[in-house]
Amino acid sequence: MIPSQTKLIDEKVTSQLLKKRNRLGERFIESTLVFCGFISIFITLGIVFELGKEALPFFSSTDFKLIKFLTGTTWQPQIKLFGVLPLVMATLTTTVIALLIAIPFGIGIAIYLSEYASVKLRSTIKPTLEILAGIPTVVYGYFALSFVTPFLRVLFGKDVVEIYNTASAGIVMGILILPLIASMSEDALAAVPRSLREAAYGLGATKIETTYRVVIPAAISGLAAAIIVGISRAIGETMIVALAAGAGPKFTFNPFQGAETMTGHIVRVSGGDLSYDSIDYNSLFGISLLLFFMTLSLNMLSQWVVRKLSEVK
Amino acid sequence: MDTFITGKIDVKHVSIYYGKFRAVKDVTISIPDHKITALIGPSGCGKSTLLRSLNRMNDLIPSSHIEGSITFHGMDIYERSVDPVEVRRHIGMVFQKPNPFPRSIYENVAWGARINGFQQRLGHPSLDEWVEICLIKAALWDEVKDKLRSSGLSLSGGQQQRLCIARAIATRPEVILMDEPASALDPIATLRIEELMRELAAEFTIVVVTHNMQQAARVSDYTAFLTMDHDRSGILVEHGNTPQIFTNPVDSRTEGYITGRFG
Amino acid sequence: MGENHAPVFIANLVSRNRSERIWKNLLQISTLIGIIFLIVLLLNIINQSFGYVAIGYRVPPAKLVGPGQTLENLDIPQLAGILRQRVSPGLLKQLENDTPLEQFSQVNLVNLVMAKIAKPEVVKTWSFWQSLSMREEIKQEVGQLPETRLVFFSWVRPDLVSNSQSSNPLIAGVRTALLGSLWIILIAIMVAFPLGVGTAIYLEEYAGDNHISKVIRTNINNLAGVPSIIYGMLGLAVFVRNLAQLTSGAWLGFSSPETANGRTIVSAGLTLALLVLPLIIINAREAIKSVPDTLRQASYGIGATRWQTIWHHVLPNSIPGILTGTILAISRALGESAPLVVIGASTYITVDPANVFSRFTALPIQIYQWTSRPQAEFRNLAAGAILVLLTLLLSINAAAIVLRNRYKRY
Ligand SMILES: Nc1ncnc2c1ncn2[C@@H]1O[C@H](COP(=O)(O)OP(=O)(O)OP(=O)(O)O)[C@@H](O)[C@H]1O
Ligand SMILES: [Mg+2]
Repeated sequence: MIPSQTKLIDEKVTSQLLKKRNRLGERFIESTLVFCGFISIFITLGIVFELGKEALPFFSSTDFKLIKFLTGTTWQPQIKLFGVLPLVMATLTTTVIALLIAIPFGIGIAIYLSEYASVKLRSTIKPTLEILAGIPTVVYGYFALSFVTPFLRVLFGKDVVEIYNTASAGIVMGILILPLIASMSEDALAAVPRSLREAAYGLGATKIETTYRVVIPAAISGLAAAIIVGISRAIGETMIVALAAGAGPKFTFNPFQGAETMTGHIVRVSGGDLSYDSIDYNSLFGISLLLFFMTLSLNMLSQWVVRKLSEVK
Repeated sequence: MDTFITGKIDVKHVSIYYGKFRAVKDVTISIPDHKITALIGPSGCGKSTLLRSLNRMNDLIPSSHIEGSITFHGMDIYERSVDPVEVRRHIGMVFQKPNPFPRSIYENVAWGARINGFQQRLGHPSLDEWVEICLIKAALWDEVKDKLRSSGLSLSGGQQQRLCIARAIATRPEVILMDEPASALDPIATLRIEELMRELAAEFTIVVVTHNMQQAARVSDYTAFLTMDHDRSGILVEHGNTPQIFTNPVDSRTEGYITGRFG
Repeated sequence: MGENHAPVFIANLVSRNRSERIWKNLLQISTLIGIIFLIVLLLNIINQSFGYVAIGYRVPPAKLVGPGQTLENLDIPQLAGILRQRVSPGLLKQLENDTPLEQFSQVNLVNLVMAKIAKPEVVKTWSFWQSLSMREEIKQEVGQLPETRLVFFSWVRPDLVSNSQSSNPLIAGVRTALLGSLWIILIAIMVAFPLGVGTAIYLEEYAGDNHISKVIRTNINNLAGVPSIIYGMLGLAVFVRNLAQLTSGAWLGFSSPETANGRTIVSAGLTLALLVLPLIIINAREAIKSVPDTLRQASYGIGATRWQTIWHHVLPNSIPGILTGTILAISRALGESAPLVVIGASTYITVDPANVFSRFTALPIQIYQWTSRPQAEFRNLAAGAILVLLTLLLSINAAAIVLRNRYKRY
């Protein structure tokens, strides 16, 4: 069928034709880029290793007992009392208050934006939220101290609310993570396919019924992830609590009293002139390590939730 | 040692996989020099996959791998000592959707030549002249000679595709692979591309994938018909002279496909 | 149960519609409150940045000059005379070190008289709102104080940017902090930009979908969520302590007793580089991903190598996105304070940073320190500094938006 185009060729010539070039520059660039790729791994390992190394003298000192560390209610490294609970309690208090503000408002805003707001309204509110999210946290700290605290003191009385208190810090922290939760939730809601909503409308459901019965369940993984990331952000937040929550670890359930969170403690103690290899210095790394693993597991949890629940869908 | 070969490119018992899925199964085909070979067949039968394997473009898809051998001038292009970049320089490619670089018309043509080591020598064309020659060969020169510095994206679809052809021939390939080069164009632009392919056949070996039966019948010298096997992998049914395939196919599947299309 | 009976529906649309309305209103209100938060926050800062200030003097200027005259319209010999008369001999010698007082400029001399003799100090401050609403009361109150002047003061003013830190809030400025911030960000970006873009290129163009690249991707997402204070602790352990020899500049002979411990601009810059790296990587990846694949194929199809394809086609077409991400990273670094406090920002420096091995402070640090002082006037000062910071951030972000819109090619 096909005319024979047989011809003689010289293999030596052709093997030269396509021969691999020794592209040195190309290989150099590639290895540089591979190195860049691994930097992020080094950073993570660096965090674990360095924090661990500096915390080791603390964890291995004879006065340290894990049970006491996790359950003790006094943090006074100078007199060898290492109960981390006061710091953890203060962190939890501010975080819970922050979530009480950020979850309802954040998700409420997200629902309003994705289900109710006109395109035009959305295109003004979203940038507003972005601005809110871009304001440095030290400014929020200022806001807590110069506005929210006086406000609370007027509202509840000066003898009830101390000048430094976890409530004020928590409220402002809630405002801080609100845009984060709102925008992540909005993304999750917007990803729910139109057809699902239309199916519900087709059955005569009202808008809010559709939202609660169809849209939210379909977006639940995204909403959960948003909340988890919000928690992680609140736990790690520093400047607000450093300015407004109070100095000095104190074991209290009263949000109107001052108490020091884990992050607040790190900032206050390290801000002074800290000498290396003192128990203060080493214990800070112990707290940091705890903080790192807390936020890391929350972040991984949120990624897992998204993956797991989107598989089910 | 001298070796006997039958075509410019020889495909022998080639199977191509995406992960575990075999997209092309045991294809053997020879691409004759200075001729146009058309690949036709139903959608998804692996025409593009086969075409892209001819200049190792499929290497860029991480999940793909190939079995069998493809020789160019008798040299296996998948051998370890072969540089895929060199292969693509000698076997150029034109894509379905015109994809000029978002740069000037001149740069679109000149860049390929430059990176492939174009040299300015006495008695040989300068880069400017070479760009002109390529644009003339691609039948685009008259339309763009006054606006070489404007963006390649400012051209019409048909012009863009001819610019891509000019870009492909600027590296002086021996073979040009075309994957449905006219399917995104209107009938007039399509006709111009077809004329152009006939002209280019004098200098280049061309392999073209097309869904358009008339186009295959009009432009190609040889036609290969691929179809899907039961396991959805592509197989070569029949390969031969274009007039013979279209008037007197051996296999009933070829006949079914062609007549189905002609209605 | 009977086949003949149709099921019964109650007309419930009225109540359903009512709950629909209630919910809609609730959602609307929550959105409104979100916006109110922002407005209140900004208003609060503006409220603190302007207002009446009662200024008292160690020696009132009126006592220094004759009746009917002000300090500003005295001439040079008169001003020099006042200084010679009132200033201690030691200080005078110091002042006349280079040139005699008579050769100073008039403005300079006025400033000297104010700073060395009159010494204005804040007696009391009022917020903008108070200044408007209680004007008469304030005037009365100040009228009863001896030798006290009431001025309407704007805490954000050119002096705030050009003056250095001072213990007197009336003349304190953020100059040192601003310069510190610029140095730190410059270092952070110079380190993080190449590393971040390199990582993004590696992940998008070289690494396939294998195990390692998946680990790297997850890891970067996790790093982006690590609290900034942890980066501070990492910086403290690595840059300030372990690498003190390098970061203090001792190896270049810069060692001074002050900076020998590595609490320097380099350490701060490197720490923030680690902090913004994930941000740059994530944005650069998005930008690179948005370059259409047809472009890469076109390039490979004519025999370009991988790097030629990246350098000539992928990067030029993703650079607007990459730069937008970098600008976001800059604004993040500009607002970051916790890690800088941890690695040891100085609490009080008045000299401009001389080189990267100088001690440092930064704009948000300055705000933090002024805010945590108990005196109200430092709060006002902090509010002024916050306005400077927010203005900077706003202009940076505006640049990002312009960039994004200008170069929308694909
Ligand atoms: N990148 C890829 N990854 C995985 N599978 C692929 C990939 N590209 C193609 N395939 C699969 O390989 C088979 C052949 O695809 P190919 O694109 O070669 O078909 P085609 O004959 O060119 O079809 P069409 O005429 O529609 O262009 C198809 O089943 C397709 O789904
Ligand atoms: Mg195809």
